[in-house]
Amino acid sequence: MSLSPFGYRPQRVTTFSAVDLLEYQGKQFFAQFGIPVSDGRPVTTVDEAVAAAEAVGYPVVVKAQVHAGGRGKAGGVKLANNADEVREHAGNILGLDISGHITRIIWIEIASDISEEYYVSFTLDRSAKKHLGMLSKEGGVEIEQVAVENPDAIAKIWIDPVDGLTESVCRDWVLAANLNPSITDGAVALLLKLYTAYTDGDADLAEINPLIVKTDGKVHALDAKVTLDNNAQYRHEWDEYEATQVRDEREEAAHAKGLQYVGLDGTVGVIANGAGLAMSTLDVVNQAGGKPANFLDIGGGANAEVMAGALQVINDDPNVKSIFINIFGGITRGEEVAKGIIGALEMVNIEAPIVIRLDGTNAEEGRALLAPHLSDKLVSKPTMLEAAAAAVELAKKN
Amino acid sequence: MSIFVDENTKVIYQGLTGSQGRFYGLRNRDYGTKVVGGTNPKKAGTDVDGIPVFASVADAVSETGANASCIFIPAPGVRDAVMEAAEGGIEFIVCITEGVPAHDEAWFFNKLKRDFPNVRLLGPNCPGIISPGKCNIGITAGEIAKPGGPVGIVSRSGTLTYQALYELKLQDIGVTTCVGIGGDPVPGTSFIDCLEAFEADPDTKAVMMIGEIGGSAEEEAAEFIKNKMSKPVVSYVAGVTAPAGKKMGHAGAIVSGGKGTAAAKMEALQAAGVRVGKNPTEAGELMVEVVRENGWA
Repeated sequence: MSLSPFGYRPQRVTTFSAVDLLEYQGKQFFAQFGIPVSDGRPVTTVDEAVAAAEAVGYPVVVKAQVHAGGRGKAGGVKLANNADEVREHAGNILGLDISGHITRIIWIEIASDISEEYYVSFTLDRSAKKHLGMLSKEGGVEIEQVAVENPDAIAKIWIDPVDGLTESVCRDWVLAANLNPSITDGAVALLLKLYTAYTDGDADLAEINPLIVKTDGKVHALDAKVTLDNNAQYRHEWDEYEATQVRDEREEAAHAKGLQYVGLDGTVGVIANGAGLAMSTLDVVNQAGGKPANFLDIGGGANAEVMAGALQVINDDPNVKSIFINIFGGITRGEEVAKGIIGALEMVNIEAPIVIRLDGTNAEEGRALLAPHLSDKLVSKPTMLEAAAAAVELAKKN
Repeated sequence: MSIFVDENTKVIYQGLTGSQGRFYGLRNRDYGTKVVGGTNPKKAGTDVDGIPVFASVADAVSETGANASCIFIPAPGVRDAVMEAAEGGIEFIVCITEGVPAHDEAWFFNKLKRDFPNVRLLGPNCPGIISPGKCNIGITAGEIAKPGGPVGIVSRSGTLTYQALYELKLQDIGVTTCVGIGGDPVPGTSFIDCLEAFEADPDTKAVMMIGEIGGSAEEEAAEFIKNKMSKPVVSYVAGVTAPAGKKMGHAGAIVSGGKGTAAAKMEALQAAGVRVGKNPTEAGELMVEVVRENGWA
């Protein structure tokens, strides 16, 4: 994260730069690239679930579609042999809370006869600056444990993006993973398609766990975990995936104003320019003994409209007891920042007291402009640490 | 001296005719940077406030002798722009543009390494580079930096870099070069590239390194500092108290292990002998201490 090169456009924050797909979306995504997945339907009601089961044929698996792991343990994955069982399981799973995620969509899928469960994924190795493929015959929920206890059970390859994954390299990789030799050809074919899905599909992660061998010997994706790179959205049609992203209400409101905001659970509202400075502001608030209510980066500029929008978002958060505005003027000069803050305060009625730290280019001039507006509710401090201490104290007092 | 750029660096702006390219291109020229041209295939033969516009990077290089380029092209065109610069004979490419797809970055990083091993790419999604008093390529406000030395700065974060430059200036401490490497998944230039260059630069006596949560670049830098650096390093890692990022499936957990948190990074840096501040102010004070202790300013 760095300062936006385009002062008026705030920087994306890591948490917003990816689009997580639900399992059924991941399977539909895989299917576009020819990867075999089970026939199924996404549904939102019990009646639809029964109709979907009748269409795909029994037995079916009823699976909660949420952005969280541990679905099986939470009771979000059930086998159903007939309409009554579908009705019962769908009724239980719709509305089920899985790690704080309420199930609104379920996926009805034809059940598979499994003879083996493997693991495969592609992701970017930021250290090696190459794509990393991981393949293991020890698939299933305990793969992270396998990675720790028996790392040799995971065959890894690093792929230069310029070369891509060639068939012969892929074959060697499959052989290195010691999968069942009878399915080598099927595995190679599937993994080549998965690599194409990962690269052409602009995924940060394409993971199948488990990758199964069915009793008929076919290799098949039984699950799908896909994270897409939001920066590549312009060359894809991802609107339906965006629609199912789960964000906190405050984050939605901030997004609508074009602000980069992450909701936290403290009482000190934070506004800063630049993602690094915003993160650093969270650090000093914590170090002063307080808890930040949010991360909010307003980008390089600090005009009245953007500042007013930011203050409005923070003001709407009932947990906020004080607000810390931390601005470092670079190309945007101190007096422009001060005018922005004064203008914003005329536009919105803020309840919590505000502490401002204004530093950088022409900071003195900016502080002079702020001086006549200062009060119990609007305090100016010259340094970041003093401002953090003041904001924390005010939050505790309120 | 400075690293990567100096007073003789001649820069062209890919995207000079766009609003951002024009704004920062002219600012950089006002600062004293040798801005010798811009490119836009549709506007070749025109000029931007006296700066000639060429059809291609190759044309600009042959006409002006440019050796550096600054990219202000929108994200979808960045992959082609980077390759055009390298193929056109540019040695140092600074890419300011944010929002470049990770697969594009991974591709052109490896492509440059293979076909143009002598070309250095800085960014994408970075504020650029400034050698105060000599050359400023990118979006840093030049007036917040004091020329000279003895400090070199390398940072993943924009505003924190500005703050570091400014705090050092207030203490009358100069900077040889300040490099913003950007925070994208595949930065063209890494912490280690910069540390290595600062170690070799006689005018740089100490290095300030500003990191952030995520990835393992700081841990790798710590390893380098421990084994290869004789000059003192002061550091700050932003996000000590930031909420844990989203876990990316099992693959993310397997790849990252315990790395990526600010605490792990600070520990690794401290173990390498780096003085680590727990906030930017403290890091600034530590750097002032290092400089004063050694009588460098």
